[in-house]
Amino acid sequence: MNEWFAKVVSDFQGAFIEGDRWKLYFQGLGKTLQIAAGAVILGIVIGIVIAIIKVSANQRSNSGKCPIVLKILEKICDIYLTVIRGTPVMVQLLIIYAGIFVTMTDGTIAAIVGFGINSGAYVAEIIRAGIQSIDKGQTEAGRSLGLTSGQTMRLIVLPQAIRNILPALFNEFITLLKETSVAGYVAVQDILKMATNIQNKVYNIAPLMITAVFYLVLVIIMTQVQKQIERRLAQSDRR
Amino acid sequence: MKKKFALALAAFMMMGTLAACGSTNTNQGSDAGNTSGSSAVDAIKEKGEIVMLTNAAFPPFEYLADDGSVQGVDADIAQAVADKLGVKLKIVDMDFDSIVNSLKAGKGDFAAAGMTVTEERLKQVDFSDEYVTSSQMVVVREDSDLEGDKAALDAALSGKNIAVQAGTTGDWYAGGDETTGSTIKDANVLQYKSATEAALHLASGKADAIIIDQKPAEAIVAANEGKLKVLDTKLTDEQYAFAVQKNQEDLLAIINEVVAEYKGDKVDELITKHMGA
Repeated sequence: MNEWFAKVVSDFQGAFIEGDRWKLYFQGLGKTLQIAAGAVILGIVIGIVIAIIKVSANQRSNSGKCPIVLKILEKICDIYLTVIRGTPVMVQLLIIYAGIFVTMTDGTIAAIVGFGINSGAYVAEIIRAGIQSIDKGQTEAGRSLGLTSGQTMRLIVLPQAIRNILPALFNEFITLLKETSVAGYVAVQDILKMATNIQNKVYNIAPLMITAVFYLVLVIIMTQVQKQIERRLAQSDRR
Repeated sequence: MKKKFALALAAFMMMGTLAACGSTNTNQGSDAGNTSGSSAVDAIKEKGEIVMLTNAAFPPFEYLADDGSVQGVDADIAQAVADKLGVKLKIVDMDFDSIVNSLKAGKGDFAAAGMTVTEERLKQVDFSDEYVTSSQMVVVREDSDLEGDKAALDAALSGKNIAVQAGTTGDWYAGGDETTGSTIKDANVLQYKSATEAALHLASGKADAIIIDQKPAEAIVAANEGKLKVLDTKLTDEQYAFAVQKNQEDLLAIINEVVAEYKGDKVDELITKHMGA
């Protein structure tokens, strides 16, 4: 009992404290956060644009008058969703790194773009579901009060939609944060890569356990943020 | 809220510690099992197969043949070891940087991966007698004007983008690790999973140079003729050997017999044979 406890302590000391190795974890953590944050922002932008294109194309074709440009845009969005959701993110990342950012040495940009494009597809579907979950009467009320369709979307539909989709959206962000752990494949020194490097010096699983704790803490923080936002949004609820 | 958070964190860390302990225990268990006499070889014979761990992206020592099987100098020597024991050879292809850990954990019987004997690895596993001497070499694009002796190259490579295979001697050398004799400072080390990926990204211009073992360097250049070249300067002197788990003297003795048989001309022949493939 005491023996393995002593071994665990010395393993963790070797993997974290010795030679100031903890600095490497934080360096890697910085990279991970940089990629995740960049990808989340890119994903939201792509997601909102696609969701709005798909929803408005859907509404217009129901009423029988859908401009040809919108139809083409909708088709492009459909292809994007099919391809991105139909292939693994790791394959997409390797292709983007080796095929698109051919001469760019730093894999960070490739990772942000890769994960952002990937996340955008999922966010788009989540937002679309959110917009469609809002009763048609809300749009009709907005329109009959003299708002333009853009204003109705921005001021009436989206705020309610966001509240509905918040859990799904945070789910996606949490998944994205964890998925960035494959960034090591494109020579990015994220936290997992740093841990593997340390593992190659100490040869035990302590670096991986430490990395797991880092990820867990990040996800717990994100969950707390989600709860705070949900509470704020529920303030005006009459339920 | 804060209390709950702290509690959850403490609980997880404890869980982590327990899990870590669990695995250490099993490791100790298997080590203990292996110390008793000739159990390693007996266990292999009983299984009917010997498991070799490697990373099949390190030509000519190991590479994937067109039929998907792992071929190369190491595979040939490993086959001789299996034949000597009268068992089947099973080759497991994995990332180079997880081979030593996997061997330690008992996922294979030995590792044959063009692996250099280093003090740090010797703390974790035992090595056979060496069968090849090698050096770290610098590979650059054909139009590069990089040249000079070791000191000049180290200085020229400082601050540059250097592609390496993660967890190899070249990786440590590029990172300026003193135990490798490197004097490189502040290079941007691009760690790829394989030597062939490093070559791809050197050719595309992502990296300025690759630091890698001599034979793979030559094989990479042969595969990218007219695009890449290997410089003449040797950065290090090192020896390759097979690795086995600690306390398996009987298996080590058999591997050493085979290595003694192959060392020299026979290994050179195998290298020539696989360089062309």
